[in-house]
Amino acid sequence: MKIGVFICHCGENIGRTVDCPRVSKACQWLPGVEVSLDYKYMCSDPGQNMIKDEIRKKKLDAIVVGSCSPHMHEKTFRKAAVDAGINPFLVEIANLREHCSWVHDDIDAATDKAIDLVRMAVEKVKRNQPLTTIEVPVTKRTLVIGGGIAGIQAALDVANAGYEVVLVEKEPSIGGHMSQLSETFPTLDCSQCILTPRMVEVYQHPKIKLMTYSEVEKVEGFIGNFTVTIRKKARHIDESKCTGCGLCTTKCPVKKKAFNSFEENLAYRPAVYVPFPQAVPNIPVIDETVCTYYKTGKCQMCVKVCGREAISFDQQDTLVTEEIGAIIVATGYKLYNIEKKPEGSMIKGYGEYGYGKYKDVVDGLQFERIASASGPTSGEFKRPSDGKEPKKIVFIQCVGSRDDSKGFSYCSKICCMYTAKHAMLYKHKVHDGEAYVFYMDIRSGGKMYEEFVRRAIEEDGVKYIRGRVSKITEKNGKYIVKGEDTLASMPIEIDADMVVLATAMIAQTEASELAQTIGIPYDKYGFYNEAHPKLRPIESTTGGVFLAGACQSPKDIPESVAMASAAAAKAMVLFGSDKLEREPVVAKVNELFCAGCFLCKKVCPYGAVEVKEMKDRNGVVYKEIAYVNEGLCQGCGTCTASCPSKSIELAGFNNEEVFAQIAAL
Amino acid sequence: MSDKNWEPKIVAFVCNWCTYTGADLAGTSRLKYPTNVKLIRVMCSGGIDPVFILKAFERGADGILVSGCHPNDCHYNAGNFHARRRWTFFDELLEYLGVEKGRLQFSWVSASEGKKFVDVVSKVVNDVKEMGPFKSYDELNSEFMTKFPDMPEIDKNMIIKEEEAV
Repeated sequence: MKIGVFICHCGENIGRTVDCPRVSKACQWLPGVEVSLDYKYMCSDPGQNMIKDEIRKKKLDAIVVGSCSPHMHEKTFRKAAVDAGINPFLVEIANLREHCSWVHDDIDAATDKAIDLVRMAVEKVKRNQPLTTIEVPVTKRTLVIGGGIAGIQAALDVANAGYEVVLVEKEPSIGGHMSQLSETFPTLDCSQCILTPRMVEVYQHPKIKLMTYSEVEKVEGFIGNFTVTIRKKARHIDESKCTGCGLCTTKCPVKKKAFNSFEENLAYRPAVYVPFPQAVPNIPVIDETVCTYYKTGKCQMCVKVCGREAISFDQQDTLVTEEIGAIIVATGYKLYNIEKKPEGSMIKGYGEYGYGKYKDVVDGLQFERIASASGPTSGEFKRPSDGKEPKKIVFIQCVGSRDDSKGFSYCSKICCMYTAKHAMLYKHKVHDGEAYVFYMDIRSGGKMYEEFVRRAIEEDGVKYIRGRVSKITEKNGKYIVKGEDTLASMPIEIDADMVVLATAMIAQTEASELAQTIGIPYDKYGFYNEAHPKLRPIESTTGGVFLAGACQSPKDIPESVAMASAAAAKAMVLFGSDKLEREPVVAKVNELFCAGCFLCKKVCPYGAVEVKEMKDRNGVVYKEIAYVNEGLCQGCGTCTASCPSKSIELAGFNNEEVFAQIAAL
Repeated sequence: MSDKNWEPKIVAFVCNWCTYTGADLAGTSRLKYPTNVKLIRVMCSGGIDPVFILKAFERGADGILVSGCHPNDCHYNAGNFHARRRWTFFDELLEYLGVEKGRLQFSWVSASEGKKFVDVVSKVVNDVKEMGPFKSYDELNSEFMTKFPDMPEIDKNMIIKEEEAV
């Protein structure tokens, strides 16, 4: 085998602390090395041409480049090698810059180390096998999980490009939290007015298959080739027959048994219900837990009034499988529920604020519903406890957010803005009312955001107090808010009619379960991790799975929409070609040696190891051995370390190659 | 202890995604660490075979560092959990075999922890410097024999030659 060694000076970056000519001279005498050269900039065109010329002239079989990290220029040199006619996997990089010249001062010691590093690479490349990239087909369909504004946007973008979309929403209607909002900052335009046309567009789009009241149960496969199992929960309504007339919901005698979750528990809903009037699809759901029929077997009022015979009490959950190429996760957020009962060990409540105890202490989304024209009070400001108009409202920011002791160190990002909006909406309707905001800092980064907060303070006269609230107590129908004004350095007490808590945005309860189903990492709060915080914010680390909206971190509407469009673009990039190329770093089984213990199958994180039956010429199975599905294998090598007989090896990093490196130390 | 000019040989088995990148960052940030350490890149810490460690000791390494992504951060979801389990066990086993604790060290270094990589490497180098050169397996074996004289002697011919093993 003829090996060429090329040492790069990287200008002065390597040359300053590593004596490159000495390295190339020393490497000339390594067994197998045909030619060893050094050059100022190996990655430049003349440098690459030098490599190509030497490969052709000396008929080299493999090359070692002593340069920067393989994460930088491995691709460059592999391409040069391919141009000159050798396999890209017969190229090894010795990392002389990041791992040698930049981290050492002593020229002699650094040069010695550089020689060792090149020697290790030479020994490895001698044992490298030529590999060919694996091609896998692409299914050009997208799964969007979550039908909030991010999911809607992503689905519409992909579908408008002509690719099929399956949109899965766990609630009976799409729309998400945005459909609950009254107005949106900083323009104060009505949230539903801008959202509902899009919801209808999704419903009517020929390329979008909308599955509401459904959840993703299982995800198998890999980028371009996922098989997704979706559980379609039983609505107990035949969707093909229902016209959405709403007779059943109005006639249902169960009136005050179940809270309306769309109204954030400020109102009741019947047992058969649509979450809100503009719901898409406008098909009701029967809630088994409160419906009289499921308890006593009687009633059936809905059956009697339904002219279309759409009620079907014995409907069951169904499982639907879909072939999918890309997955966009847009599951959104929920508000930190601060009732005394902790939701998990990590969350500690805010008992001192009396949420859950005092009816007029509400959270942000509840206040949205109170302010909304379609809400339980028809947009009039009324206290939940007695229906009186509150004349003094205290808003408390950062409830949960930025509070290590509550387990959420992060800023929820939107609360400063929506609190300013709430205070403004209140002041616009109740002119003689007073609004106080307790804040830690005002964070209003965004187009027209700072101006919006200034408007609340200067034009609408919202009183901002910098400080925290220590306790809220009730006295004669008033809420005594005790806090501190840190700018005036004095305690402050306000007798408010109502208190609004800007609670933290947290990950959905099932966020981590879904992450495990799909196979994407999440952080300690349950938000999904992006592949790179700056340069790959849309992609998850799992190929073909993209993130959009507040499931990744707290986000406002424009950011969620931007991210959704970006995720859609990423999915379409995938669909741009019929075949996907991927690195052939996958495990391979030596069929002669495999004893079929299947330890590899147990440790494989991707389920890539399958059972293969070995048959003799009569077709009789004489042994079962492991077989690696190249499409599923991601090339971690966990199986190789667990194999007792060393009969499974990772291409490009096999035992022989590693041993050779160790031996060259 | 050995003479003052002796420098230990340290091998670091690192995963491609976190620690190797972390080491790259140490370079990019121009942090300094001793030249004794040489990195061997594998795709995942879960793919580091205990045999690699034994082989490296056999081939004259005085100290070994194994490093991967932080738990829960593994590029392959679960590789480092397998690694952690394997190393907890293997560490004990090595001690039982007579290899001092501290010759083999483990750490989690993420791609953003260039400084931590330098600290970890420096610690390994210092620890191993204090311990002195690694005794060969032969020496360890004879030490063992003096402790337990009744033990039957191992037939050297039975041990597979290095060249054959590689």
